[in-house]
Amino acid sequence: MAYDYAKYLRPGKLPHIWCAGCTYGIVLKSMIRAIDSLNYDKNDVVVTSGIGCCSRLPGYVDFNTLHTTHGRSIAFATGVKVANPKLKVIALGGDGDMTAIGGNHFIHACRRNIDITVFVFNNNIYGMTGAQYSPTTPKGAWATTAPYGMTENNFDITSLAIGAGASFVARTTAYHATHCEKMIKEALEHKGLSVVEIINACPTGFGRKNKFKTPTSMLLWMKDSAVNVEKAKNMSPEELAGKFTIGVLHKEEKPEYLETYDATVGLKK
Amino acid sequence: MAKAERIEINKKWCKGCEICVELCPTNALEMVDFKVAVKDLEKCIACMQCELRCPDFAIVVYKKEKE
Amino acid sequence: MAKKLEFMMGNHAVAEGALYAGCKFYGGYPITPSTEVAERMAERLPKVGGRFIQMEDEIAAMASVIGASLAGVKSLTATSGPGLSLKQENIGYAMLCEIPVVIVDVMRGGPSTGMPTGPSQSDIMQAKWGTHGDHPVIAVTPASVQEQFNETVRAFNLAEKYRCPVYVLTDAIIGQMMEQLEIPEPGELEVIERPKPDCKPEEYLPFDMDKEFVPLAAFGSGYRYHVTGLHHNSDGFPTNDPVLHTKNTVRLIERINKNYDDIMKVEEFMTDDAEVLVFAIGVSARSAKHAVIEARNQGIKAGLLRPLTIWPFPDKHIDNILNKGNVKGIVVPEMNLGQMTLEVQRVAKGRCQVEGLFSLMLDPILPGEIVEKIRRFV
Ligand SMILES: Cc1ncc(C[n+]2csc(CCOP(=O)(O)OP(=O)(O)O)c2C)c(N)n1
Ligand code: SF4
Ligand code: SF4
Ligand code: SF4
Repeated sequence: MAYDYAKYLRPGKLPHIWCAGCTYGIVLKSMIRAIDSLNYDKNDVVVTSGIGCCSRLPGYVDFNTLHTTHGRSIAFATGVKVANPKLKVIALGGDGDMTAIGGNHFIHACRRNIDITVFVFNNNIYGMTGAQYSPTTPKGAWATTAPYGMTENNFDITSLAIGAGASFVARTTAYHATHCEKMIKEALEHKGLSVVEIINACPTGFGRKNKFKTPTSMLLWMKDSAVNVEKAKNMSPEELAGKFTIGVLHKEEKPEYLETYDATVGLKK
Repeated sequence: MAKAERIEINKKWCKGCEICVELCPTNALEMVDFKVAVKDLEKCIACMQCELRCPDFAIVVYKKEKE
Repeated sequence: MAKKLEFMMGNHAVAEGALYAGCKFYGGYPITPSTEVAERMAERLPKVGGRFIQMEDEIAAMASVIGASLAGVKSLTATSGPGLSLKQENIGYAMLCEIPVVIVDVMRGGPSTGMPTGPSQSDIMQAKWGTHGDHPVIAVTPASVQEQFNETVRAFNLAEKYRCPVYVLTDAIIGQMMEQLEIPEPGELEVIERPKPDCKPEEYLPFDMDKEFVPLAAFGSGYRYHVTGLHHNSDGFPTNDPVLHTKNTVRLIERINKNYDDIMKVEEFMTDDAEVLVFAIGVSARSAKHAVIEARNQGIKAGLLRPLTIWPFPDKHIDNILNKGNVKGIVVPEMNLGQMTLEVQRVAKGRCQVEGLFSLMLDPILPGEIVEKIRRFV
């Protein structure tokens, strides 16, 4: 039997707004399968987003959905979660949304270790506004605001998250759709702040001008560049040059923010 | 080798990105008028690569149940 | 029964008023001269089953109260000028998405970091126009510690009733001073609870443009819907249709204008036969009242019009008084360089003179200064 996505998609909203070959749709499907496998009550799931192409995702899924302002996905999500901890809160956004304008909320949510699941859709560019450079645009890459090539250093989102205190951090790609589903599932099951960096492709904004002729070539780049984190342990720096790791990069058990808060202040229930 | 009973294509949703065609290991799909089409169902080994990575919910492969 | 009296700071009274109104969430960021609101909420909320969080900045604070409100909880944030500037984008979000929240602005001298401890009334226009686009605004303006409490309760009621953010616009003097506060018994002041939808979830239109009021369902209550800061249709999904955009924007603004009588609250003091009117809010209104009494002692027919709702602007009340034909002039004392005066001039439409009395001197405008202005009209 083919997988039935319709159960989680709002009727009449497809086709989605994303460009031909934009990999966000692949991730949307992985996300639906992951949530489905956990058997959540749809009424208990909240999905927030900021502004950007990927931030249009919540509009397609049949949960409580909140498309907020640019960068503020996690900040809105924090209010929702603190007001009603029973809700399962997912906050998503793009690399620009989460690590440029929303970078402050990102690191502080990690620091608090509040039980929110964060998905960063990293396509190395500002897709929605037409290919300006983001904090994850590789050095030298072309962007409309880096017409001579990107001159700034870039963030490693997962290191940022680990450094800031997130208790679950993983990386996956749109190409590895089944792995992506698994990472999303594990992140959702984790108690505390979890971050999944999902490598995506923006063929329209990034691909065309950065020597990727087709969407498929970008997916194949992910396939060739991703190394499972376990395998990477036995590889030399030379072998790992130009590659990135995927899998669970960090996982620790540590007190969750709301549990600590409620216990410390003696919350009267 | 698994086989497909049928492959359903939603032409309204297909954006013609060619991801499915290019990732198909058996060359069972092709592009016709900027949309995907089944070239040869017999070739399909129901590996589900196309369905898994179609960003647009536009291609669904129905596996043949074992007789 | 003996009244419960307490000697309390204005900022604490705001916090107590919020709790009386049923507030169960506070998200904020410290800033002088508003911080005592946060401190009081941090201590008190857990005792009533609510939660406090100090966010990483005011943008996040504003976002968090909107999120909490969508989860069905009455929510408060407090700040001062610089923080209010940071909140503005998300305040617009709450306006467009019809989300009830209460925002306290304890006004201090601006612009920029300005005069952190210096009282001021210079955010009147920021409250009205700080966020971009056409939008409705409700702002209440307490002038005593008692009103800090009561008007905060009213702000929550207005927010819930009209599904919008409501400002409590106060200032560093009212917020920081200590006065006697009579704590109302439960039930003594009206507290409006958020109505719940009673339709089937699949029929729920959270932003129904053809209705004046639509109950806001809480996330998790079984009504799954979409909220977006893009202009949206009745069902909450984005639309580019300029006709719908116009219709909904007008609807939101008209909902406030149409209910002027319910939203407006004005204290009129000796206005019946007044020939000179003083129009003032907050700390300036306290001086103005003394000035009116002093002027009367001097045989001048002065009166005070003191709005406790400054947005929407009390046009009708000003009109009613001016229509009597007695008023020769209006004095508008305000601790800024004329933000309210312009509005009063707009309403007066040349029917009488309007004179501002402006001060950035950080001390309240004195009754004597107001009397002097009043005398110029005689
Ligand atoms: C306050 C604010 N600043 C700027 C913008 C314009 N803007 C919209 S989306 C975007 C960047 C989106 O990039 P990213 O977050 O990486 O998401 P993507 O579109 O690539 O999915 C920008 C700068 C905005 N909407 N709001
Ligand atoms: S611009 Fe890029 S990120 Fe946005 S939808 Fe198109 S391909 Fe996707
Ligand atoms: S299921 Fe596999 S073999 Fe069949 S069409 Fe799809 S990609 Fe090709
Ligand atoms: S991957 Fe999907 S959208 Fe792209 S060509 Fe194939 S069916 Fe069409």
